[in-house]
Amino acid sequence: MPAEIEVFDLPFLRAQFPALDQEINGHPLVYLDNAATAQKPWKVLDAVAQFYERDNANVHRGIHELSRRATEEFEDARARIASFMNASEPAEIIWTRGTTEAINLVAGTWALDNVGEGDEILISTMEHHSNIVPWQLVAERTGAKVRYIEMDDQGRLLLDQLSDVLGERTKIVSLAHISNALGTVNPIAEITRRVHDVGALMMIDGAQAGPHRPVDVQELGCDFYAISGHKMCGPTGIGVLWARRELLEEMSPYQGGGEMIRIVERDGSTWAEVPHKFEAGTPNIAGAVGMAAAADFLEEVGFDEIAEHERTVVRYAVEQLSQVPGLRIYGPDSLDERSGVISFTLGDAHPHDISTILDSEGVAVRAGHHCAQLVMRHFGVAATARASFYLYNTTDEVDRLVEALDTVRGIFGA
Amino acid sequence: MNEPTLNSLYQQLILEHYRKPRNRAELPEHTVEIHMYNPVCGDEIRLQLRVDGDRIAEAKFIGQGCSISQAAVSMMTVKLEGATLAEADDLANQFVNLMHGDEAAARDRSLGDLRALQGVSKFPVRIKCALLGFDALQEALKQSRLEAPAH
Repeated sequence: MPAEIEVFDLPFLRAQFPALDQEINGHPLVYLDNAATAQKPWKVLDAVAQFYERDNANVHRGIHELSRRATEEFEDARARIASFMNASEPAEIIWTRGTTEAINLVAGTWALDNVGEGDEILISTMEHHSNIVPWQLVAERTGAKVRYIEMDDQGRLLLDQLSDVLGERTKIVSLAHISNALGTVNPIAEITRRVHDVGALMMIDGAQAGPHRPVDVQELGCDFYAISGHKMCGPTGIGVLWARRELLEEMSPYQGGGEMIRIVERDGSTWAEVPHKFEAGTPNIAGAVGMAAAADFLEEVGFDEIAEHERTVVRYAVEQLSQVPGLRIYGPDSLDERSGVISFTLGDAHPHDISTILDSEGVAVRAGHHCAQLVMRHFGVAATARASFYLYNTTDEVDRLVEALDTVRGIFGA
Repeated sequence: MNEPTLNSLYQQLILEHYRKPRNRAELPEHTVEIHMYNPVCGDEIRLQLRVDGDRIAEAKFIGQGCSISQAAVSMMTVKLEGATLAEADDLANQFVNLMHGDEAAARDRSLGDLRALQGVSKFPVRIKCALLGFDALQEALKQSRLEAPAH
């Protein structure tokens, strides 16, 4: 076992996450399913609880004190996430249920208004289903075509072929910043420049990036960027679409209802200002408050420190897993091109069997197609097992994973 | 406490059926074919039966997935050959009982190799794996009866 490189106080950090401190099937939990959702620190749990305990009321509707407090916390949370993503102003932050809804919002408003027959939408075979299906729905309704950037055998986008699929018919390009199934980190700023060169818009699915690195939408220069709260230690059911204000101003509303209107008359209605135009109905107020607390938490720990620690753990994990006989890791060879996601198969043991056996030793990994069936098809597998790491994981936990994989090999004879 | 449970799940007989599935082949002369797919995990089974009168003359499958789903369907096809539709129906019902932890089902020798799957009942998230082939069977029986009503 190597000496733990203490970039920060790991025991103290882990103590912030109550869910990590439990036994599963008689073993201390090793939680390696962070790409699916992250555990929540006390700071987030307390923020949500305190909102409900003290300040709960509906927002933008009441004159009374609790409504004032709830509205203030809700809008402060918006401003907090605006600074987290370096948006120009809080109004560019639209609350959604998560990344999936953020992508659907862009597909259902901007794309339906601006994409027509013969136009093209460009995505990649690396995408999560939530960044494929909304565009397929747009294509069905408009007669547009969905085109794909392909991957190489290390699961990297074939950018030397980008000019073959990106052209004057391309209206919008939507790509993952980081792949949920492979961990590939895409050179998204460079791609954004090339997309703008042909006059198309650039949307980035930041579900796997937001939790791990500072997102600076102005520096990236993109048009839309989506993140989820629950993958960055925040609550489930809350996420954000960021878009440039000019775009939001001209976009049609998303859902109709309360909050998003200015005046409702028998023959039609007018819309509220951005961002409220996109937020029909009572929003997930406590979720927004919790997501802002998660942003506070991550920045207090420090993204540089998080990145350095994750790099240490992931490097060790790749080294150790590479020595397991019969184990194959998918995705980029170079650690510079991958994040904390390690997708793998082991001999002829099916990933579900791997996951059941690991669970019996307290090790939680995901098994399946990871909502990325095009990725599975690219590599000719039905499923993979996926260990995904976050700021609280340790090299000791990597050892526990490898030990549990020995049990898999014992049973399946791999 | 955990090892015995894991061992009871991954019985040698299951691993043996997983590695060397019985009746894993195309059956061109089938009278009914059912494709079952679990979109959550990607496991799939294409079950083909040749039904002659009220008997299953042959049962084959093509599939991919975890050891539990593939071993269960392999074991199931072994029991199906020569069975009447009513017997196949009973087999499916008794297997569902086994998955629900029924002790009488666990003692029922007529289940054959399928009894090795008893341990799956202790792993709730894996029960649907074991049932995938039987879901296909129940659908196949329904269709066979519709095509050739009992006389």
